[in-house]
Amino acid sequence: MSDEHSDLGFLRKYVFSTDHKTIGIQYGITALVFLFFGFSLMMMMRWQLAYPGSAIPIIGGLLPDTLVDRGAMLPDFYNQLGAMHGTIMVFMGIVPLAVGAFGNYVVPLQIGAPDMAFPRLNMMSYQAFVIGGIVMLASFFLPGGAASSGWTSYAPLAVTATTGQTFWLIGMIFLIASSLLGALNFIVTILHIRAEGLTFFRLPFFVWSQLVTAFLLLLAFPPLQAAAIFQLMDRLAGTSFFLPSGLVVGGEQIVAAGGGSPLLWQHLFWFLAHPEVYVLILPGMGIIAEVIANNTRKPLWGYRPMVYSLLVLGFLSFGVWAHHMYMTGMGTTMSTFFQITTMIISIPSVIILTCLVISLWGASIRFSVAMLFALAFLPMFGIGGLTGLPLGLAAPDAHLHDTYYVIGHFHYVVAPGTIFAMFAGIYYWYPKATGRTLNVTLGKVHFWLSFIFMNGVFMPMMFEGMAGVSRRLFDPTIYDHGAAVHGLTVMTSWSAWCLAAAQIPFIINFFWSMRKTERAEENPWQATTLEWATPTPPPHGNFTETPVVYRGPYEYSVPGADRDFSPQYVKQEA
Amino acid sequence: MSESDVEHVRQHIKVYVTVFVALAVLTVVTVGISYLHLPTGFAITLAMVVATVKAGLVAGYFMHLISEEKVILWVLLLCAAFLFVLFILPLGTQIGNGPLWPL
Amino acid sequence: MSVVIPYQVEPHPVTGVTSGKLGIWLFLASEVMLFGALFSSYVLLRVGAAVENWPTGVEAGLNVPIGTANTLVLITSSITMVMAWASLKMDNLAAFRRYFGTTIALGLVFLVVKAFEYSDKFGHHIFPATGWPEAGDPSVFYGLYFTLTGLHALHVILGILVNLWLLFFGVALWKTDKERLTGRIEIAGLYWHFVDLVWIFLFPTLYLL
Repeated sequence: MSDEHSDLGFLRKYVFSTDHKTIGIQYGITALVFLFFGFSLMMMMRWQLAYPGSAIPIIGGLLPDTLVDRGAMLPDFYNQLGAMHGTIMVFMGIVPLAVGAFGNYVVPLQIGAPDMAFPRLNMMSYQAFVIGGIVMLASFFLPGGAASSGWTSYAPLAVTATTGQTFWLIGMIFLIASSLLGALNFIVTILHIRAEGLTFFRLPFFVWSQLVTAFLLLLAFPPLQAAAIFQLMDRLAGTSFFLPSGLVVGGEQIVAAGGGSPLLWQHLFWFLAHPEVYVLILPGMGIIAEVIANNTRKPLWGYRPMVYSLLVLGFLSFGVWAHHMYMTGMGTTMSTFFQITTMIISIPSVIILTCLVISLWGASIRFSVAMLFALAFLPMFGIGGLTGLPLGLAAPDAHLHDTYYVIGHFHYVVAPGTIFAMFAGIYYWYPKATGRTLNVTLGKVHFWLSFIFMNGVFMPMMFEGMAGVSRRLFDPTIYDHGAAVHGLTVMTSWSAWCLAAAQIPFIINFFWSMRKTERAEENPWQATTLEWATPTPPPHGNFTETPVVYRGPYEYSVPGADRDFSPQYVKQEA
Repeated sequence: MSESDVEHVRQHIKVYVTVFVALAVLTVVTVGISYLHLPTGFAITLAMVVATVKAGLVAGYFMHLISEEKVILWVLLLCAAFLFVLFILPLGTQIGNGPLWPL
Repeated sequence: MSVVIPYQVEPHPVTGVTSGKLGIWLFLASEVMLFGALFSSYVLLRVGAAVENWPTGVEAGLNVPIGTANTLVLITSSITMVMAWASLKMDNLAAFRRYFGTTIALGLVFLVVKAFEYSDKFGHHIFPATGWPEAGDPSVFYGLYFTLTGLHALHVILGILVNLWLLFFGVALWKTDKERLTGRIEIAGLYWHFVDLVWIFLFPTLYLL
């Protein structure tokens, strides 16, 4: 593939670009917008939860009467917000940010490649993502609104839901196609287009994490594609793959032949959605590993064990999905099987986390903003992981299933976990992409406020969940046990709104620094990996001279070297 | 295209024709078996064995898997492992709920 | 500045394959998981249904001789596909055009036959939503029949479109880069054989059992 890029028109250069860096930035901007949109949906829900039945300030008056009653949220609207918050955050926010943006931008640079293996396929995968996103957003304007059956779209509820669900399914098919194309592109790129001398065990940990993630996407997503096709048939052609015979909804017999299995949907959905959890966290771990090695000025402790753990994690993640389904009455034999695999899969995660923590030992740490986020990631992900153990065992799960405890656990993994990792990545690679460094003071304000309010949002949820409050309730105060912990709900809501406010310094910083701060050096963090060997920002084709790799990814503070870092691409340290 | 390369392809063509005949014969065989009205469990096993043989012929010779590079075999092995999981485990969860037909 | 991405035509020294070939096999692996999920669903649904409520293809009114003939059509299209590739290898463009054209034609024949089968079903008031048997506790046999064959037909259509493009436009590459065209035909062939392979499992599952 060879093409002239420098003298292309605006459209080919910025909209229909095949350059992995432009595509990465497109992914990044789109995903950040979706993330903020998904976050806004949740902020509306938090009003209803904290002050049930009262009018939403400002926004309440702007929404149509189909969604609100005199400014107060209607239950159907609440359900739409809940379903779309989950869908948008997971499939249109974090995956495109972690894989689409960071993967696209950083992986080819870190492996010394001029571009992805299939640049046009790369562009198509971004376009499929945008189409899927537009279909999802468009569903809000349908009569009956967007999908409202939860982000899991469990049948038969989803089959009998309004038209929004059909849009959800079509949108998902596009998003899945986008991920599949992206995943195979990443695998071929990493296997084939590495620089000379860049053996597998000289790959930065981030590249490893993207490789495993790509395999998860490639092999776990198709079953959800199949499930989406089945549900689409159920909704449009009247089949009953997920509808059992004689189903009665709202006192009325469903018009369908029956003979289907609602549990089939759950199997196909979670066959994807459990590996999906690792898709959300692995790239984050990869970024954290880069940032920690760079800011401790030491090699990662246990690089090889971390890589092996990553591979085991990816492999095992295909055999644990039914731990989301203990409450479906699957029988003790299978439930035992899934409890065992679930306990086993926690081991490699703990190994990776432990290696990262031990990497800090004895280091003179540089507390850059990226490093602050990385340091916060470690305990936050730890809390998220440890609170998952009770959910992985059937007996405590019977109590905790479908309560706020589950929400708290999952969000600890992806919000102060993955999203902090994403922030770390943005602060770390921003100088590479723009040639300027983000302002440190604003960055620290952003970090500390986010850190406090993240915990303010998710820690109370753990206690609410243990008090037995269901995650699906439109108004948790209708039950005494919900009303008893209502103070926690209010605290969560206020923390969420403050968390939104805490992003203002980041947004200002992001745009202001693009023009105003000093130009960054070529290698402002004194890092060792290949992406810093390119000019800043990298031109089309990336490297001015073909890089050759001479050493491992994290050779910091090598005894005898005259600097505290020995880049992979420099032959001899004088 | 070198002379030996062409000769190589010629030999391949003989193999392709043989495989094609085998596929056609096996198709007729599997249809023939279905007219015997064997017990359901046995009939399913037999039909799947024949189908697997046919699929193996297509993949092995038409798709050249028999002489393919290791990297592709590894990818397919990984895929096969996950496929196995996808087939067995959902079925397993049914055991607790009732008799597993047709076994 | 022009960007040259390696291993588009020449194989990678370590993996021994071109990027395109590795890419198509990864794509096919994901397709295996897609159809695998569909077959797994078939098994789960069939196991969940009462034995007497699951029809054999004949009981459900599927035409086994026509299905058999269509299977042979697809198998034949597979050998013409591989012959088309072999013709390019032997530097014979005319033979390639013949074989490749035949492959496309056979694909179309398969679709036409499939369309007749569908319209025959619709004529007998059998739709994806129809249960078997009509009363009692029906199974989703017809739903599976239409969804699985429909999705397979979509794959056939996609293959035909790609092949048509290669036959009329992609072939221009022969003048400048023979090896690259041969590689592309091989990749198109791998996809086409996979579609054939799926049918090899679909046919007995739906028509014979």
